[in-house]
Amino acid sequence: MSDPPIITAEALVKSFGSTVALAGVDLEVERGTVLGLLGRNGAGKTTLVRILSTLLAPDVGHARIAGADVVRDAQTVRSRIGLAGQFAAVDETLTGRENLELVGRLYGLGRREARARAGEVLDRLTLATAADRLVLTYSGGMRRRLDLGASLIGRPLVLIMDEPTTGLDPGTRIELWKFIDELVREGTTLLLTTQYLEEADRLADRIAVIERGRMIATGSPSELKQRVGGDVLEVRSANFGDLDRLVTLLSGLGSGPPVADVRGQRVTLPVSDRVSTLFAAARRIEESSIEIDDLSLRRPSLDDVFLALTSPGRPAESGTPTSPRNGHSAYERVVA
Amino acid sequence: MVAAPPARVRSHGPIAFGRDTVLITHRHLLRMWRTPQIMVLSAIMPIMFVLLFRYVFGGSIRVPGYTSYVDFLIPGILVQTVIFGASSTAVGLADDVSKGVTDRFRSLPIHRGAILAARTLADVMRLTYTVALLIGVGLLVGFRMHTDVLSVLAGLGIAVFFGYACSWLFALLALAVRDTETAQLAAFLVTFPFVFAASTFTSTAMMPPWLRTFADAQPVTKVADALRALMEGTGSASGPALSALIWSAGILIVASSLATWRFRRI
Ligand SMILES: Nc1ncnc2c1ncn2[C@@H]1O[C@H](COP(=O)(O)OP(=O)(O)OP(=O)(O)O)[C@@H](O)[C@H]1O
Ligand SMILES: [Mg+2]
Repeated sequence: MSDPPIITAEALVKSFGSTVALAGVDLEVERGTVLGLLGRNGAGKTTLVRILSTLLAPDVGHARIAGADVVRDAQTVRSRIGLAGQFAAVDETLTGRENLELVGRLYGLGRREARARAGEVLDRLTLATAADRLVLTYSGGMRRRLDLGASLIGRPLVLIMDEPTTGLDPGTRIELWKFIDELVREGTTLLLTTQYLEEADRLADRIAVIERGRMIATGSPSELKQRVGGDVLEVRSANFGDLDRLVTLLSGLGSGPPVADVRGQRVTLPVSDRVSTLFAAARRIEESSIEIDDLSLRRPSLDDVFLALTSPGRPAESGTPTSPRNGHSAYERVVA
Repeated sequence: MVAAPPARVRSHGPIAFGRDTVLITHRHLLRMWRTPQIMVLSAIMPIMFVLLFRYVFGGSIRVPGYTSYVDFLIPGILVQTVIFGASSTAVGLADDVSKGVTDRFRSLPIHRGAILAARTLADVMRLTYTVALLIGVGLLVGFRMHTDVLSVLAGLGIAVFFGYACSWLFALLALAVRDTETAQLAAFLVTFPFVFAASTFTSTAMMPPWLRTFADAQPVTKVADALRALMEGTGSASGPALSALIWSAGILIVASSLATWRFRRI
């Protein structure tokens, strides 16, 4: 694409007291694409979102949206973005329609225009039947949709969503994904944060992985998967306490070190020599008498990428990470 | 290709400020209207104080220069009422900040000043309603004014203006603590010494000297004395009224500047 990126951030740093929330973040998002910002709790996702949406000024660095600086030209930025924050910021004692109309009027629409626009958005988000009920009576999913609706009222060029599907049931999440697809087809640029790799994989054209305030990888979902290399051997442990023993047991067998995923109660191991590694692993596990639930070989998922990139103590692979000093290098490599 | 261009940018100047303030104030008032229990409860508190001091303690309190204690009491409770009323700004704003409502507003292309202006405007409207209610209850329990209508209105105006200034003080407090419950508690603790170590319920003449020095110097006493002068005609009104106005204006200017400054780096 020859268009300049619609979102650019350069060397953003933000600290809260002694906590460094962002330690030099660079970012570029092309017009009309979806960027998935992936990171676990406390990684700095919301901080980055708040800077891009003009709610927070960075200590160092700058960012632009559609050419407007988020600090110096904040009002222009605000008229071009829609923000759906991490927690639904809707008013419980107002109806859904009143919530959207207020936002519409604050965008500068006239009374009738705001009413019409609110009606349109409510229809699109299948909230029309609940439109005139107090938000107090809405379910969590309905609130989220209403909040998203509020961010769409101003027809934003760039939509910023902080964990849009957290707390939604699977059905509602898929609904929201379809809706996001529609917005993208219409040309909206999207930046969304998520803790779910599945979601980033499904929605994003590019993924940026953030960890402790640094971008540790950027690329398309398939590029990131390639980074982990070949296949993955996965061992699901029957007992929580056995994960460490499994890691010790499996080390040296694969093409890289085994990684424990505590939440999934499993250990993954990158492998190049599929069958012989599988046999070797099976033998060792049997001799050790560690109880396991599952042992399988599969293609790498984004989970593996994430675990491989963020596992503590693991030295960064040469060339891949972005640090504040080597600036855009990782990003440029992937873009080039 | 892309959706129609976004709404026009018109977020500067007095017209944008006025429009956005009215829109957000309307939202706050709708909320109040829809939670009548809050309106009822916030009215009960001053009424309880009236009844308590009129009938429980009133019999044993003598104030020099007043034949009827209730004439002394009601202007005092009026000041207390506007301060407690203003403290609802602390709770309301902290709630909006912690629930992300403020972030939603701040991400919109609106006049920056409108958010706090609307909050304090809605709260001063609610406080005015409580003041009217209090005067009504006062009249029922024997409160009488001994001056002309203009003086009484001037007194009520000063009370509401002082409440408005305090509302900004509580906005500043909410921005400092952010959490709703902390804001509520902090507002109460900050308010307490000023309301009670003052001429609110009794003359400062009976207090020990160190306390009296504080009580006589602080704004609650100044405002209560101004109200008494304006509503009861006890002595010349211009001096106390001026002093009350200067205090209120001073608090308003300092608190609103600090709150606006704090709000920018929230
Ligand atoms: N206002 C604040 N005051 C102090 N520390 C903060 C503040 N906001 C964020 N932090 C800290 O900055 C770091 C990054 O926080 P941030 O909210 O950006 O993370 P996140 O990636 O959004 O996490 P989550 O997935 O939990 O939402 C955390 O260590 C957090 O404690
Ligand atoms: Mg977050």
